[in-house]
Amino acid sequence: MSPADTLRFATRAALGYPLRSALMVLAMSIGVAAVVMLTALGDGARRYVVEEFSALGANLLIVLPGRTETGGVNPGSFVSSTPRDLTNDDAAALLRLALVRRVAPLTVGNSEISVGGRLREVLVVGTSADYLDIRGFKVAGGQFLPREDFGRATAVAVIGETIRAELFGNQNAIGRMIRLGDRRLRVIGIMGPAGRGLGMNSDELVLVPVATAQAMFNTNALFRIMVETRDREALAPAQRQVEDLLRARRDGELDFTVITQDAVLGTFDRILGALTLGVAGIAAISLAVAGILVMNVMLVAVTQRTGEIGLLKALGASARAIRLAFLAEAGLLSLAGAVAGFALGHAGAWLIRLVFPALPAWPPDWAVATALGTALVTGLLFGVMPARRAAALDPVQALMKR
Amino acid sequence: MAQIELDGINRIFQLGDSQVHALRDVSLRIEAGEYVAVMGPSGSGKSTLLNLLGLLDRPNAGHYRLEGRDVTTLSADEQAAVRSARIGFVFQSFHLVPRLTAAENVALPLMLAGIPPHERSRRVEQALKDFGLETRAHHRPEELSGGQRQRVAIARATIMRPAMLLADEPTGNLDRATGQEVTALLEELNAGGMTLIVVTHDPTMGERARRRVLMEDGAIQHDLRRETQPA
Repeated sequence: MSPADTLRFATRAALGYPLRSALMVLAMSIGVAAVVMLTALGDGARRYVVEEFSALGANLLIVLPGRTETGGVNPGSFVSSTPRDLTNDDAAALLRLALVRRVAPLTVGNSEISVGGRLREVLVVGTSADYLDIRGFKVAGGQFLPREDFGRATAVAVIGETIRAELFGNQNAIGRMIRLGDRRLRVIGIMGPAGRGLGMNSDELVLVPVATAQAMFNTNALFRIMVETRDREALAPAQRQVEDLLRARRDGELDFTVITQDAVLGTFDRILGALTLGVAGIAAISLAVAGILVMNVMLVAVTQRTGEIGLLKALGASARAIRLAFLAEAGLLSLAGAVAGFALGHAGAWLIRLVFPALPAWPPDWAVATALGTALVTGLLFGVMPARRAAALDPVQALMKR
Repeated sequence: MAQIELDGINRIFQLGDSQVHALRDVSLRIEAGEYVAVMGPSGSGKSTLLNLLGLLDRPNAGHYRLEGRDVTTLSADEQAAVRSARIGFVFQSFHLVPRLTAAENVALPLMLAGIPPHERSRRVEQALKDFGLETRAHHRPEELSGGQRQRVAIARATIMRPAMLLADEPTGNLDRATGQEVTALLEELNAGGMTLIVVTHDPTMGERARRRVLMEDGAIQHDLRRETQPA
């Protein structure tokens, strides 16, 4: 029997029992669609986070106080147990490094803001003029924080769009005085909308000079120092320079951590990649179930068509021809299910994108290929046993069954 | 050398604890072009004999030489090849594939033998014409009458131009008139040189055969030949 005839015969056989074939295609397509959709969701989440971080600027170093390293107990542990704070002077010193373009010290705290009778809780970020460019924020009106020495506590503030709307309504906010904690500050600028990332929404921030914030929260310490290098290639050498400089400033002690944006990004990428893989694995279980269904359906088909198999044998069909015909049928049904599932999964992913436009829910290519491949392989694999059973039927017995 | 030579054929079925001796020491010679009716009561071994002749079953002992070649020792696939080329089957219940049209059913043996589609359709068309089925070519078996179904089955059995035609109660599911029609058709094929071996209960059909093999308890009781052609 030629391959084309085997395929045609199997197609006719599959179409000859429409309900049975439709159910099997449905089961297989649900399995494939589940893999395609769930990986689209997982990969969409991964891409969302990665893009969020990329919005931060590509050549960024972040200095944190303290060492995130676990070491054994050594004599040094007893001498200096608390790390020294990062200070404005540290930040100012970093600005003098050759590979560093911008530096923004960061102090963060919660405070109350009030204008007239209106009062609300806000997140106060103490920083410097460079913060705007480092984060890629835009000023919608007025100006950003003045370029000045990190130690100067100028009484000015830049407020987010939401804060402005809530406190001032339709009135002009620029030049007005606000009370922030125990200080009176003048509003000099409004942040532009749509600045997001790192869990800080610029619409709901109040930005003040770093020294003003430190005075307000009664501290000299910095929460972070953001360092932007001259370019991407300078990232690694700049990291070393920053470390060397800060170490020298604290008697050779490495009680701070310098991380790159890439490291953070890489970690998230890995975590969410693993998540996607896990979700795909769970969805693949439904593919295995579909495979078992294929076997069940094909076994029923063999029983149903015992007489036909006996006839084919009487007409001179070899065992191989019968095996191939049944295997081709299982393969065709799996293929149809895989293609239907592929379409279904993409439709589902499209629906997710429609409902959550922020989420780039595209199924990754590897997941689509794996799902289609797995569907075909399971279909064929689970089709082997019924096909062998059909080929091994005794023709006399088979012919007696109607 | 006869076309079919059976020597000391024994076939024993194991049914639970008991053994059933379906064929005992059967020896038979059938020449090419003969018309043989195998007759006997139910359970006398006629169908087993036919299955053995058609290479659907293997004897427990004895030898079967088909056209001088010992076919009992062939592998299953070699036997399938012999069936494909030399043997045609006609069954009591027709055994048409219900989802295929008459033409597709007739084409089955050609397809299994790997004959290319254009030659296939030519031969099928000719066969359907020969059997008066050209208007029913694209009907499914359920849309055909009993006589038409059996004619489709005979067309299928003969499409490979086999040397012998094995028919198991070919008229068993047909009314009298249609049965005679089918019998006439089979005899016509026999007249064309094809060996015809029919298992039948029907004494009138048995009467028509030039040779009658009467079986009882798995053995051949009588082997009757009639010298003259039926009127």
